[in-house]
Amino acid sequence: MTEKSAGAARTGGRAKHAYRLSGPEPDVAAAAGHHDPPPRVGFFTDTSVCIGCKACEVACKEWNAVPEDGLLLTGMSYDNTQGLGADTWRHVAFIEQRGPFGGREPGAGHEDVDVFAAARGLGAPPSSPGPDGRTELRWLMASDVCKHCTHAACLDVCPTGSLFRTEFGTVVVQEDICNGCGYCVPACPYGVIDQREGDGRAWKCTLCYDRLGVGMEPACAKACPTDSIQFGPLEELRERAASRVARLHAAGVTDARLYGESPDDGVGGDGAFFLLLDEPEVYGLPPDPVVTTRDLPSMWRHAAMAAASLAALAVAGFARRPR
Amino acid sequence: MTGSDVTRDGVQGARPGRDAPTAAHAGRRRRRRGRGEQPMVPDAEFSSYYGKPVLNRPNWAALDIAGYLWLGGLAGASSLLAAGGHARGRPALARTAKLGAAGAVSLSLGALVHDLGRPSRFLNMLRVFKPTSPMNVGSWLLAGYAPLTMAAAAADVSGRFRPAGSAATAAASVLGPAVATYTAVLLSDTAVPSWHEGYRELPFVFAGSAATAAAGLALAGVPSAQTGPARRTAVLGAALELGAFRLMKRRMGMVSEPFEQGRARGLLHAAETLTAGGAALAAVAGRRRAPAALAGAALLTGSAALRFGVFHAGVASAEDPRYTVVPQRERLEDGAG
Repeated sequence: MTEKSAGAARTGGRAKHAYRLSGPEPDVAAAAGHHDPPPRVGFFTDTSVCIGCKACEVACKEWNAVPEDGLLLTGMSYDNTQGLGADTWRHVAFIEQRGPFGGREPGAGHEDVDVFAAARGLGAPPSSPGPDGRTELRWLMASDVCKHCTHAACLDVCPTGSLFRTEFGTVVVQEDICNGCGYCVPACPYGVIDQREGDGRAWKCTLCYDRLGVGMEPACAKACPTDSIQFGPLEELRERAASRVARLHAAGVTDARLYGESPDDGVGGDGAFFLLLDEPEVYGLPPDPVVTTRDLPSMWRHAAMAAASLAALAVAGFARRPR
Repeated sequence: MTGSDVTRDGVQGARPGRDAPTAAHAGRRRRRRGRGEQPMVPDAEFSSYYGKPVLNRPNWAALDIAGYLWLGGLAGASSLLAAGGHARGRPALARTAKLGAAGAVSLSLGALVHDLGRPSRFLNMLRVFKPTSPMNVGSWLLAGYAPLTMAAAAADVSGRFRPAGSAATAAASVLGPAVATYTAVLLSDTAVPSWHEGYRELPFVFAGSAATAAAGLALAGVPSAQTGPARRTAVLGAALELGAFRLMKRRMGMVSEPFEQGRARGLLHAAETLTAGGAALAAVAGRRRAPAALAGAALLTGSAALRFGVFHAGVASAEDPRYTVVPQRERLEDGAG
């Protein structure tokens, strides 16, 4: 098994692009066999302006007619959605942190704040405690979504071809093909896709494929009141994100970092990437995800060697003359 | 925030452990290098979102999928014993192995279809050929292999179409080892830490386990005058399985922990004991019927316990964010210098 033959199988040998299992892929739609595709689109989710209103969750559910995903109170701050799954395609995480944010974070508790002392602390390094050594509360909110990976493990392992790469470079499940084998579920390094109970098939964000087709932006981005969720051509979003991080760093928010924007990462870059204010794992995101199929050629080689060992072992078993 | 109230009598209704970890208290490993405050438990602490798993766990039913892994191995290696017995004049061994392969692969196909969310669409597996999907490759393998085992068994039992039966027996023995080992790729080609990290050794573990299962079936079901090759296959298979499994766990680092915990621990200890004991008993049993049958039963059970143990360990590793986050964090820090 070579990566090349994998590509030929996927594209029927028509496309000029070889199908790669990992690494940067500048034209992901063409590599999947689309001729003259439109620019790749995606999301840039800037969590520094997310206000946790969950309009994205609601808009997604309404537009895509996603069923109810469980009514319970978790005690996890204001998050009763818990995580992405078959019936949750946008998930707003709430993280309450107490730490020495140095007066830089307004936080939630304003009781007995000496505003003059706090103002004196504004020039201090961000990680130092406030002037009186106290710590403050800060609230991180982030709207998570399918990453529409450049190298999507769910798509690679799907045995039926139900998961496919659209002309926009996004990854979509065809629900009339999916036979509910569930292989995509453990393949996803982000824990996005899942099988719907009582339905059996796998479901996830389609990046509103139906809306894209008629030139509309996805429902979540449309509904976001602060433009925390920005939709557009991926190249443009990456530029916008880089300048946003530079502005935040200049303003003293040194924790700001981009997540999933680099084409050199383990999944070849995400179609939906994020600006975070803490480590990815704090938001429930894997710090260094790698598409599992990167190692697939080596897996097949090892399995072939093991198969040969098994055959050799049986031959050895029969090596003596029959008694 | 815990939703608690501060009253004159103290804090009421506090729910400890509900606060998300903060940047300052996350205790990441880089803090061990002497900068800033020292975490209390350097190796165990890591950040997560309320302890929620990063991955979605596989929804596969253990009985269906771990059972399928076992039956697939039993069938694949039985086809080798069948071809060997067929070629080297051991008809009873050949017949048991052929029937075993056909029966096991039929049951395994049933388990696979049963586990689908939409069983009526199982043929969609064959609407494309897709080498990037081990499940698709496996479906094509089984589509070719299962009819061969049935033809081989039918020809043997009926005594008719002997040349076709011989050809089917030989062809099944070519595909059999692939059926027995591709299942390791099926598990490894996921983001499940304890399955993926073992991708180099797991095919050898499954190859050895397949050999012991097939040898076990032969020992239990064949007159002992013809079980010589099965006894040797049992010993060699057990050595391969146990050796590769130990090597795998050693090379996996912390993601080998799920193999030593919970349900997987008991199953894998049982697997080791039954496989090693069964192989040893097979080696010394000679032509005595009862010890050979006992060894066969132990080997069959041991192989099944191994597959269920590996299955449960993987699911446990997906359910605990530690096994996703910590190795990735270490990789980042090693890469950063």
